[in-house]
Amino acid sequence: MTAQPTDIATYNFAYLDEQTKRMIRRAILKGIAIPGYQVPFASREMPMPYGWGTGGVQVTASIIGPDDVLKVIDQGADDTTNAVSIRAFFKKVANVAVTTETAKATIIQTRHRIPEHPLAAGQVLVYQVPIPEPLRFLEPRETETRKMHALEEYGLMHVKLYEDIARHGRIATTYAYPVKVEGRYVMDPSPTPKFDNPKMHNSPALQLFGAGREKRIYALPPFTEVVSLDFEDHPFEVQTFDQPCALCAAENVYLDEVILDDHGGHMFVCSDTDHCEKRREEGHRGHLAPETRLAPEKMEPAQ
Amino acid sequence: MEIATQSIEGGFADPVFNAQTVFRAVMDAMAQPGSVQPLPAFAHPPAPLSAMAGAVALALCDNDTPLWLDPALQISAAVKSWLGFHAGAPLANTPADAHFALIAAPAEMMALDGFSQGTQDYPDRSTTLILQVSDLTSGTPLLLQGPGIEKTATIAPARMPRHFVEQWKQNSQRFPRGVDIILAAADSIACLPRTTRIKTMEA
Amino acid sequence: MYVAVKGGEAAIANAHRLLADRRRGDRSVPALRLDQIVEQLALGVDRVMSEGSLYDRELAALAIVQARGDMIEAIFLVRAYRTTLPRFGYTRAVETGAMLVERRVSATYKDLPGGQLLGPTFDYTHRLLDPELAAGGDVEEPLRRENEAEAMPRVSAILAREGLIEPDGDMPRDHIPGDITREPLEFPMARDIRLQALSRGDEGFLLALGYSTQRGYARNHPFVGEVRIGEVELELDVPELPFAVPLGSIRVTECQMVNQFKGSAKAPPQFTRGYGLVFGQSERKAMAMALCDRALRATEFGEDVVAAAQDEEFVISHSDNVQATGFVEHLKLPHYVDFQAELDLVRRMRAEHDARENAGKAEEKREAAE
Ligand SMILES: [Zn+2]
Repeated sequence: MTAQPTDIATYNFAYLDEQTKRMIRRAILKGIAIPGYQVPFASREMPMPYGWGTGGVQVTASIIGPDDVLKVIDQGADDTTNAVSIRAFFKKVANVAVTTETAKATIIQTRHRIPEHPLAAGQVLVYQVPIPEPLRFLEPRETETRKMHALEEYGLMHVKLYEDIARHGRIATTYAYPVKVEGRYVMDPSPTPKFDNPKMHNSPALQLFGAGREKRIYALPPFTEVVSLDFEDHPFEVQTFDQPCALCAAENVYLDEVILDDHGGHMFVCSDTDHCEKRREEGHRGHLAPETRLAPEKMEPAQ
Repeated sequence: MEIATQSIEGGFADPVFNAQTVFRAVMDAMAQPGSVQPLPAFAHPPAPLSAMAGAVALALCDNDTPLWLDPALQISAAVKSWLGFHAGAPLANTPADAHFALIAAPAEMMALDGFSQGTQDYPDRSTTLILQVSDLTSGTPLLLQGPGIEKTATIAPARMPRHFVEQWKQNSQRFPRGVDIILAAADSIACLPRTTRIKTMEA
Repeated sequence: MYVAVKGGEAAIANAHRLLADRRRGDRSVPALRLDQIVEQLALGVDRVMSEGSLYDRELAALAIVQARGDMIEAIFLVRAYRTTLPRFGYTRAVETGAMLVERRVSATYKDLPGGQLLGPTFDYTHRLLDPELAAGGDVEEPLRRENEAEAMPRVSAILAREGLIEPDGDMPRDHIPGDITREPLEFPMARDIRLQALSRGDEGFLLALGYSTQRGYARNHPFVGEVRIGEVELELDVPELPFAVPLGSIRVTECQMVNQFKGSAKAPPQFTRGYGLVFGQSERKAMAMALCDRALRATEFGEDVVAAAQDEEFVISHSDNVQATGFVEHLKLPHYVDFQAELDLVRRMRAEHDARENAGKAEEKREAAE
């Protein structure tokens, strides 16, 4: 067989057909109008698997235009394979400009992080969401959780958090930490570490959440009240790190632990790769940054 | 011009990108209530449907969205035929069945609670109202607060529905149920989602 | 020294290049043609069409070869293509009673109008590997029946004459059939929606659930009223035309399961039905679907919901293999940000635990010393 491609299958511009985009756009508008409420939508099969960002991709594909500049991150990094793959997808099907710089992007699609650089008005942050229902692990039935949201009956969630405190002395939820939006809907912030929760509150950017497999879209308009659930005697607190980024010396950022060897050597570096690079370009140096690094045998394991 | 010709002409010249541009303006307006989003005229529907309201309808409506027309539009065969040809949206039997409502004469429109408000389980199943207004500056100024607004915003759409502020207050009280409004002026768009609270400047 | 992982794009491109190589395999072996797959792996093609929800043999064959024979991957490819296609309309309901039947068997009657027709079945083959097939030997032409087949009414229609079986589904007259590819699912669901979901559901999942009902997890006493395979006509109503436009025919498998039912507060004693209908030839899938359909009708008949197969949310939420494989396989994606958060929590909790232990030991020592 000669490798002559046939016209056996052709795809639309920006992958989604216009009718699908309209359906998703309508869901987005409803989501914005009812902050934190999960709008059911007729999610489509996408050319990447469910669970790999199909909700975020559908949202991005429905809002993106030729003037947009797209950034895609996974775990805060632009160079993780799934982020690379999704960015390449949009480059291919929508021919849009892409960037790794948070400040230059008009649309940022993310999995598991909110960038460290503060977002600005006019930017849209699109989250990939695996399980949009914050009550799902307490009550597996959609029919039941829907009722709870309708009646604003969130006692179960408080019971769960309080059981944590009784058992562990603290709320043992470290990511996908539930929030309450404008005093009404309890919402799943997607599996971002709770470190990022405060960034959602009163953000100048529009935040859109897409869950493809679970067929839900929800939203936070800019300047919307987003409160992490807690108790008076156990207030919400974010993770703190004992040391700055080993490469750029940034403090008060979320750090990844990188294993250096098999004798317990490790270092902590920014999870937000763009933020880290920017800081190093500005001359910030951490104790393990290449220019000032110790000889490998002298390198001390952190902690 | 004949209705047949009128109904075929005046759609989006570039359906994919025109629809995207109109949608982004509506999205930004819905996300920042009271902000005025400028938009060129992409559609040219027959009167009395305005170019802006027509463009919003083309961007958002299709055969999955029953559409309700106010009496001013209802009597125009040309308008119905144009919407049918370009959007394919079926006409809703009653306002309560409508996903979208096009209102050419807001000052004479029926009460907001006559439209679908959604349910407590599915508050998204409510009517989105597209109101044709001549401008967003010459009417009674409305002081707005709520999600999407950093402190306050002000907008003054002309010829709004009767007792609008009172009706809107009731709409807010139905939250999470309630209608959302897209204001289609001559060259711009603004939105009032159900979360927006209006503090009138004049009682 | 730590080097930030770069070059993801090149790594992906290289991986895909290697995939293409492995897909093609030994270049001295002729590449598969789509017509070979369509003709000789027809039941695999049928499964991809059925669970891919797109009736197109050539595309299904392309998907199979592109997926290296991984059926769920092939189904996924077809679905992702199908979803981009414009929707022109909905055909009239197919009339399976008028099917051009190639196979039709009933377990509830020895003989019946139209007869038992074995057709191209694996049943009664002895499962002995056939070396002649490997050698690519010639195959005889099939025999053709001599006279025109008589009409083959559905077994359910025969039983219905006596009022022994529940009538065909009783959707309200103005009920418009839903479309799971266009509307989000909502629970509880109407039977038409549920049947659509079952029809594209994973064969293995439905098979296991159907099997579980036979082993007592919501047993529903099934008899195969009939399984039929053949061609049915598709017709489309076009508003401008006074007649339905014929679009051609498709091959389907239909199973009518007849289930004993002793009656309940809600319904008189009569036979009830489970229904299965799938693209192409797949008796196993159609039968499993019929068993699940009947099990899922529990509440309709006032039966207690006691087993997994009767639980609509459980069955329908997990029957789609494209969704299931995506979410299971997404665990391969990096989760290190969340893992870091958990790591931190576990370290802190261990430190507190150790501190408590040490404090306790110190206390013991002190007491012992006193
Ligand atoms: Zn850093």
